[in-house]
Amino acid sequence: MSVRVFVPCDTSAVACGADGVAARIESEAGVRGFDVTVVRNGSRGACWLEPLVEVETAAGRIGFGPVDPEDVPALFDAGFPAACEHPLALGRVEDIAWLKKQQRVCFARNGIIDPLDLDDYRAHGGWNGLERALAMAPADIVQAVTESGLRGRGGAAFPCGIKWKTVADQAAAQKYIVCNADEGDSGTFSDRMAMEGDPYRLIEGMLISALAVGASRGFIYLRSEYPVAHRILGEAIRRARAAGWLGADVHGSGRAFDIDLRLGAGAYICGEETSLLESLEGRRGQVRFKPPLPAIKGLFGQPTVVNNVITLASVPDILVNGGAWYRDLGTGRSRGTLPIQLAGNIRRGGLIELAFGVSLRELLYDYGGGSASGRPIRAVQVGGPLGAYLPESQFDTPIDYEAFAAIDALLGHGGIVVFDDTVDMAEQARFAMEFCAVESCGKCTPCRIGSTRGVEVIDRIREGVEREANTDLLRSLCDTMLHGSLCALGGLTPLPVLSALKHFPEDFARNA
Amino acid sequence: MTQRTDTELPRKPGPALDSVASEAVRAAIEACRDVPGALLPILHGVQDALGHVPPAAVPVIAHALNLSRAEVHGVISFYHHFRSVAPGRHVLRLCRAEACQAMGARGLEAHLRARLGIGFNETTADGTLTLEPVYCLGNCACAPSAMLDDRVHGRLSVERIDTLIDDCGERP
Ligand SMILES: Cc1cc2nc3c(=O)[nH]c(=O)nc-3n(C[C@H](O)[C@H](O)[C@H](O)COP(=O)(O)O)c2cc1C
Ligand code: SF4
Ligand code: FES
Ligand code: FES
Repeated sequence: MSVRVFVPCDTSAVACGADGVAARIESEAGVRGFDVTVVRNGSRGACWLEPLVEVETAAGRIGFGPVDPEDVPALFDAGFPAACEHPLALGRVEDIAWLKKQQRVCFARNGIIDPLDLDDYRAHGGWNGLERALAMAPADIVQAVTESGLRGRGGAAFPCGIKWKTVADQAAAQKYIVCNADEGDSGTFSDRMAMEGDPYRLIEGMLISALAVGASRGFIYLRSEYPVAHRILGEAIRRARAAGWLGADVHGSGRAFDIDLRLGAGAYICGEETSLLESLEGRRGQVRFKPPLPAIKGLFGQPTVVNNVITLASVPDILVNGGAWYRDLGTGRSRGTLPIQLAGNIRRGGLIELAFGVSLRELLYDYGGGSASGRPIRAVQVGGPLGAYLPESQFDTPIDYEAFAAIDALLGHGGIVVFDDTVDMAEQARFAMEFCAVESCGKCTPCRIGSTRGVEVIDRIREGVEREANTDLLRSLCDTMLHGSLCALGGLTPLPVLSALKHFPEDFARNA
Repeated sequence: MTQRTDTELPRKPGPALDSVASEAVRAAIEACRDVPGALLPILHGVQDALGHVPPAAVPVIAHALNLSRAEVHGVISFYHHFRSVAPGRHVLRLCRAEACQAMGARGLEAHLRARLGIGFNETTADGTLTLEPVYCLGNCACAPSAMLDDRVHGRLSVERIDTLIDDCGERP
């Protein structure tokens, strides 16, 4: 019988050579007369082990990684695809502590199933949430999500149940579900990994949302930087439609719902929900004034749910296990799990899904194993380009929305970017302003002009020109942006700048 | 700063579309004409086929969607992804964002500028390669990253990025 060998098709695995590894395994197996079937799974999220090759055995799946295409012949020499002694052998994948200690909800199937195989999805609990929802009254679905305490994972952490209820309460012939898959925050990749590794989960989440609020049409707005996710998601939608999970009669329920997959075009601001709606309607992605909220007047003027990928992907399990089950995970007002993304200068980076409450320190050292360079970790930026830089003294902060807000920081979409002690924090502050200038939608002056002034002022500080006066100017500029911007791009860019200034003043005091 | 607030039309409409380009524009419009919010899908269709959105395509698209030329031009200029000028035979997009910075992206940028003799949004004199900035490719745990045409490459070093560029020269 053919041995099943898994080589991820995930972007990060492929970026580190997975396609070459898959091809090499097939050719070596052919030459050596092994009957091997290569399955392209998603990623387990252990990016530091990618490409992570797995072999199905009677004792479970055993892993090898990180495998370079050049390693493949030596692996076969050592006994691959059987369990064997080799420096890259990792034993049973389920027993790898880094994975085993996680609390996986959204990512429970990632890396395990063949992402596009509907039977595999079904066999691993897929569609159970939808079937539950189909048997419920819409108000009860909304109630379960409200009870779960699920808050939006796109950044703003708004309670999902309240948003759904607002849309459900609108009387309108046409309502929409819009999935925000723009994932613009640097240092984040959970949306991508979910869409590439378990795409039907997102489709299931959107279907449940549609049932809850009475929507018949959905859009996924995917950033154009994700071609692999685009291919996989597009194929998943086609297959789900062919199998009757999408279309005029969803799974024989008489309810209609279908999904359009749309591509963004390289504008960070289009992750902001109203800018995203402008973009979907075919315009420049300029931020709209709120109110009206998208829940009341959204896409094409109709009531619209806009939710992040991870928010929607969390919903099927909430329906299966109940709102109380999800609410019982986590801490304070941060309920459930957060897929945390550990990135940058870190030894064991990747996707770590845990209940809220774990400390940054645990993530950086127990999971991450310290910096990749071996040098001391000096700063971490949490929550994307608009997130604060935190020094070592704040590493005991728990992953919790309110705890981060209390130190003028934010969790955002859950990305943690690690820097060692070679970082120049004044340069990082300058980049934050530069990024805002590049990505500003241009609608309001503090953001559009302020960010460019910010770059200039930081340049002068770094050159040692009237350092004190210019530092005061920088602070007051940040204040203007903070209070005078229409949206969080201009409004939060001061966070990385001011936190760098506050915690690392020495970097602003020497000439660049 | 990248200025994206301009809505004026470019002064010169650019050369007329040749038959290949004309056909590509027609096909992109045909494929999406009836979808709601068709402009971005059409622009993607044109750029996928031609590598850029030629200025002469603007009036054609505007006419098909009943928009003004200024509106179509305004959309093209707003989004970093859309180009109005044909790129080189290959496009290398280097990630400039924080996780990649933490792993040496600034050094890669300096190396590329020196080796290629061009900056961002420029093309080498022999037309082989266009260099563009990108802000995150979602490969942040295997940084630094770059995308060559439509493939992401991670854990880049100067040597690895040099190999990628060498290969571009060899296979046009
Ligand atoms: C500048 C800016 C960029 C944003 N980018 C994203 C993004 O890439 N993905 C996302 O889901 N939300 C993003 N958001 C948040 C959205 O505006 C919105 O809150 C979210 O899509 C709502 O979904 P959720 O409640 O499920 O999080 C961004 C917000 C701002 C201000
Ligand atoms: S803060 Fe910046 S991005 Fe947001 S609306 Fe104003 S100009 Fe646009
Ligand atoms: S249109 Fe308002 S700033 Fe240009
Ligand atoms: S920051 Fe470079 S890939 Fe995400």
